Amino acid sequence: MIRFEPRTNPSAFLVYGVPVMAAAFAIILAAIPLSLAGAPILPAYGLMISGAFGSLFSISEMLTRATPLILTGLAAAIAFRAKLWNIGAEGQLYMGAMAAVAVGSGVIDAPSYIMIPVIMLAGAAAGAMMLIGPIIMKTRLGVDEVVTTLLLNFIVLLFVQMMLEGALKDPMSMGWPQSEPIIDSAILPPLLERMRVHLGLIIALISAFALAIFVKRTVWGFEIRAVGENAAAAKFSGISVTKTMVLVAMLSGGLAGLAGVSEVAGTRGYLATDLSPGYGYAGIVVAMLARLSPIGVIISALFVASVFVGADSMSRAIGVSNYLADLIVAMSLLCVLIGGFLTRFKIHFGRQKSAG
Amino acid sequence: MSSAATPSTETSPQLLLKLAAITKRFGPLIANDAIDLDVHRGEIVALLGENGAGKTTLMNILFGHYVADEGAVMVAGADDNILATLEPGAPQAALDAGIGMVHQHFTLAENLTGLDNIVLGTEPIFRLRRDRTKARAKLDHLMSGSGLNVDLNQPVHKLTVGEKQRVEILKALYRDARLLVLDEPTAVLTPQEADSLFAILRKLAATGLAVIIIAHKLAEVLAVSHRIAILRGGKKVGEMTTDQADRRSIAELMVGRDVPISKRRERTPGAEVISLHNITIDRGDARRSLHNVSLLAREGEILGIAGVSGNGQAALAQLIAGLDRPDSGTVEIFGEPVTKFDAHQFAQNGIARIPEDRHHDGMIGSMTVAENIAIEDVRSRDYQKFGFLDFDAIRKRAEHAIADYDVRCPGPDAPARLLSGGNIQKLILARVLEKSPKLILANQPSRGLDVGAQSEVHRRLLEAREGGAAVILISEDLDELLTLSDQIAVIHAGHVSPVIAAGDIDRSELGLMMAGQKKNEHNADTRAAGGPA
Amino acid sequence: MEIIDILLTANFWAAALRIATPLIFGVLGALICERAGVLNLGIEGIFTAGAMAGWMAVWLGAGLWGGVLVAALAGGFFGLIHAILTVPLGLSQHVSGIGVTLLATSLSYFTYRTALPDVTSPPRIIPFQPLDIPILSDLPFIGPALFSQTALTMLALVMVFVTGWVLYRTPLGLAIRAVGDNPSAVEAQGLSVYALRIGAVVAGSALMAVGGAFLTMSAFDAFFFGMINGRGWVCIALTVFASWRPGKALLGALLFGAFDAFQVRLQTEVGAFLPSQVFLMMPYLLSIAALIIVARKADYPKALLVPWFKGQR
Repeated sequence: MIRFEPRTNPSAFLVYGVPVMAAAFAIILAAIPLSLAGAPILPAYGLMISGAFGSLFSISEMLTRATPLILTGLAAAIAFRAKLWNIGAEGQLYMGAMAAVAVGSGVIDAPSYIMIPVIMLAGAAAGAMMLIGPIIMKTRLGVDEVVTTLLLNFIVLLFVQMMLEGALKDPMSMGWPQSEPIIDSAILPPLLERMRVHLGLIIALISAFALAIFVKRTVWGFEIRAVGENAAAAKFSGISVTKTMVLVAMLSGGLAGLAGVSEVAGTRGYLATDLSPGYGYAGIVVAMLARLSPIGVIISALFVASVFVGADSMSRAIGVSNYLADLIVAMSLLCVLIGGFLTRFKIHFGRQKSAG
Repeated sequence: MSSAATPSTETSPQLLLKLAAITKRFGPLIANDAIDLDVHRGEIVALLGENGAGKTTLMNILFGHYVADEGAVMVAGADDNILATLEPGAPQAALDAGIGMVHQHFTLAENLTGLDNIVLGTEPIFRLRRDRTKARAKLDHLMSGSGLNVDLNQPVHKLTVGEKQRVEILKALYRDARLLVLDEPTAVLTPQEADSLFAILRKLAATGLAVIIIAHKLAEVLAVSHRIAILRGGKKVGEMTTDQADRRSIAELMVGRDVPISKRRERTPGAEVISLHNITIDRGDARRSLHNVSLLAREGEILGIAGVSGNGQAALAQLIAGLDRPDSGTVEIFGEPVTKFDAHQFAQNGIARIPEDRHHDGMIGSMTVAENIAIEDVRSRDYQKFGFLDFDAIRKRAEHAIADYDVRCPGPDAPARLLSGGNIQKLILARVLEKSPKLILANQPSRGLDVGAQSEVHRRLLEAREGGAAVILISEDLDELLTLSDQIAVIHAGHVSPVIAAGDIDRSELGLMMAGQKKNEHNADTRAAGGPA
Repeated sequence: MEIIDILLTANFWAAALRIATPLIFGVLGALICERAGVLNLGIEGIFTAGAMAGWMAVWLGAGLWGGVLVAALAGGFFGLIHAILTVPLGLSQHVSGIGVTLLATSLSYFTYRTALPDVTSPPRIIPFQPLDIPILSDLPFIGPALFSQTALTMLALVMVFVTGWVLYRTPLGLAIRAVGDNPSAVEAQGLSVYALRIGAVVAGSALMAVGGAFLTMSAFDAFFFGMINGRGWVCIALTVFASWRPGKALLGALLFGAFDAFQVRLQTEVGAFLPSQVFLMMPYLLSIAALIIVARKADYPKALLVPWFKGQR
């Protein structure tokens, strides 16, 4: 017989160690699909590591990947903290990117120190706007936000497609559905010469630290924690659950929108429908691996990014499908979930002995 | 197997259940310490004890929900009357052995009919059809024999609490229970409903059914049982037949120590603090609705609201806590009509609110004790600067509160989930009473607490009354209401009776009013015509 | 063409039923899970896994019904993962479901890519063919609309009846409905909450996967990336719309299929004036609309999303 006994106070080792072990375990599990694909296992792992960390270039690539993941990870972390199940970061990212393109591709022009904040604000606002509908439906009608935010992802992607074939279409793109490029003064400049890693990374890091302080030290953060942990008690004490939810939604959508700005103005330079390979969904994994801690998000985003970059590079070298990366990321989510269980419960095998 | 409803031909009482030296520990706590108990056929045994005495744990072991660390449960076979040890930790084994349990919180699926709930699990699960004719016949027989009448074709959510309880008992009898365990069966009933339940149990016992009633109210136990076993602090401290029982000595055995009994001193009430005028709240559901309710609470006065749970107390509490607004009618606080029903505003304006469900509404387990104490006031200048929390101030307040209210906890920074029920209640008292409130809403403030914590709650409420606060005390516990209240009103089906002054209260009449009967006109204290004598 | 004319053609209703078929499987699967108290957001991934596994089994020579079986087993496997995480371990049903979707999707894609590393256009199989039932298929209107569908559509209709029968007419269904309302009631009657819930999630997931297989083995004849395209989420919305009842699930899926079929026909009429994406958005907008319509009166199974542990009351 297996029994679960709740732990009242899990040790620091469990709290911090479990996500690390979960991630490691997911990497080890990847050996199964690797061997089924007929790849040499140890060399494949080697290629993945060198692909992510082997050179300054690969580290820059990894950091470039991590940038949107930090932002979407923060978007999920803050929402999940308040038990607002925003699964719509993918759509919010595209809306943010589209807003950045709308104002940043030549409609207005100004020096960088104005243009960059402007497109950031526009993107964050557009991302946040995407959650207004779901939050009204949730608080007024009791419609589950999971389904509405998920469905909105598809609606937004079609909307972006429509705009790319219409109002935002680049006349120079020779029929390819993509937007006009972001003007130079709105581009997030690279941090290193001839490398892709850009100012977006700094923005993401600042966002993470700011969010950490916000949640831990401010009245609003206090209320978010209270609502997330026990909405009934928070409501009884006089905290407005609806207002708190709206605040969280704006933060979450805004951060996801920023991820779109960062991608379009930092990495790509223009908007197309393949801007994000699922950063919105991966953000959920990032947040869960980080146990919803904003600082933790930085670390787990680096992990997920290196899995993606490493697997890409390994895939090019030995021809194993790079869907392996998605597989590892999905497995690490499930592993960290199980790991979370182990921090909350002790597991006893067998029956308790009767002492005399 | 013989049906439980068939009258027993035995005349000598036979041993049916034997609990032998049951011990159960939860960490350092010994919930059951070598408890022995015998139950015979046709016998009603009361298991008496305060909250936390170990009654429920013992019954959970009997029913296989917990495994005892030591000791054994033995049940006589249905055919041979030979005691055999019950497999521990297996509810199915307990069911098979003829042990039926009626929990305090009913275990009924509300979306199914009574019949479905009873039959659930008794038929082979992989069958293409359900055959109900036999089940119906057996249940009709059981119902006519015992007086347990209830419409079994109704979905359970449409039944009254008393009817649900009958379904629960039928569930056990349908499975040929030879031993029926009832956990606090009267907690949700009016005194009259309780009497009719007792009559049914007597009838069933006469047919050979053994019954264990878990209770903490002495009077009820004396009314129905044949034998009484008393638990305290996990130990059995006494056992006697009911006819030899002495009220005083039982009370002493239960409590084990002198508990200071709070005394209410006469006091002239002062100015009006809160008044409700013709309040109607219609939420479609009786437990959340009020109909044309008028009430008045004054300084230095405890106004008790008596009633069986689910009669609109929740709606009344929500309203006074600022969590809901009336559909019609007005609320005046300090003579000013309330326009904005907002819990935050209410708390800031000097209304102390003690929630009914302290675990669910009263605290946030993963936040610290200090944060839980300050939660109503974090927006005030005292605890934040420019939106940033002043943790020193929050901790300082918590340290004071912990000392003043004797909250037992590892410290202000410990998560609140580590606290026991009594200490959570102290934490809530510290949160709301520290600010010398003018009005206190206490909703079931001592339910589920041990005697010590209970008397502490009572002392604090009386202290606040002395200090001039108005207290609205919503309770299902008549003893508590009669000890503390200056005035009592009864709530039934969303209607609130006229207020009765403490001196004029007749217990049985109160019971009738709780069941919905109108108070005699001449006894009613008509506030409008001049207030109490 | 007049709107009424569109609605009166057998062709239109044949298309509506065809579009509805995977949704019928999906909604039935989701409602079985939810009736037992478990939200299964793994549905999107389970659809993908069913579509991939069923198709690949046929491509490898398993035969069509063999493919259906393989799809169901694949669905059951992912359902089991979700069930273990959410039932005995009591983890967040939301997050676990998303995790299962990510896992099932990436594993399907990985397997497909590994099996077919270099193809640009996916290989095709011979899918289920429209039935030709003597007499019935020749009936006017109802013949082409209903009796000339493929066997999988017929199976979907049969499953509506079977699910309804099991839920409302058998002891097993009684237990499933009870466990989604109050698991403690089920435990008190000596039944296993865990077994019932795990069983329901596995069975429901298997049904979902057959819905996915319909896409690659009946509606189309090949597997494409992104072919599920939110159909799973649509099913979750339709389950609420259907008030967790199999009959209403059929109705909801049919209504949805009809709207979608109508929208396609409308597109050919007025497509010149509106971008095609507006029409493609319709299913998702309709799903949200369906949720809003029933929001006020939706009567969720009471124990949905609430983890339950043994011995807890």
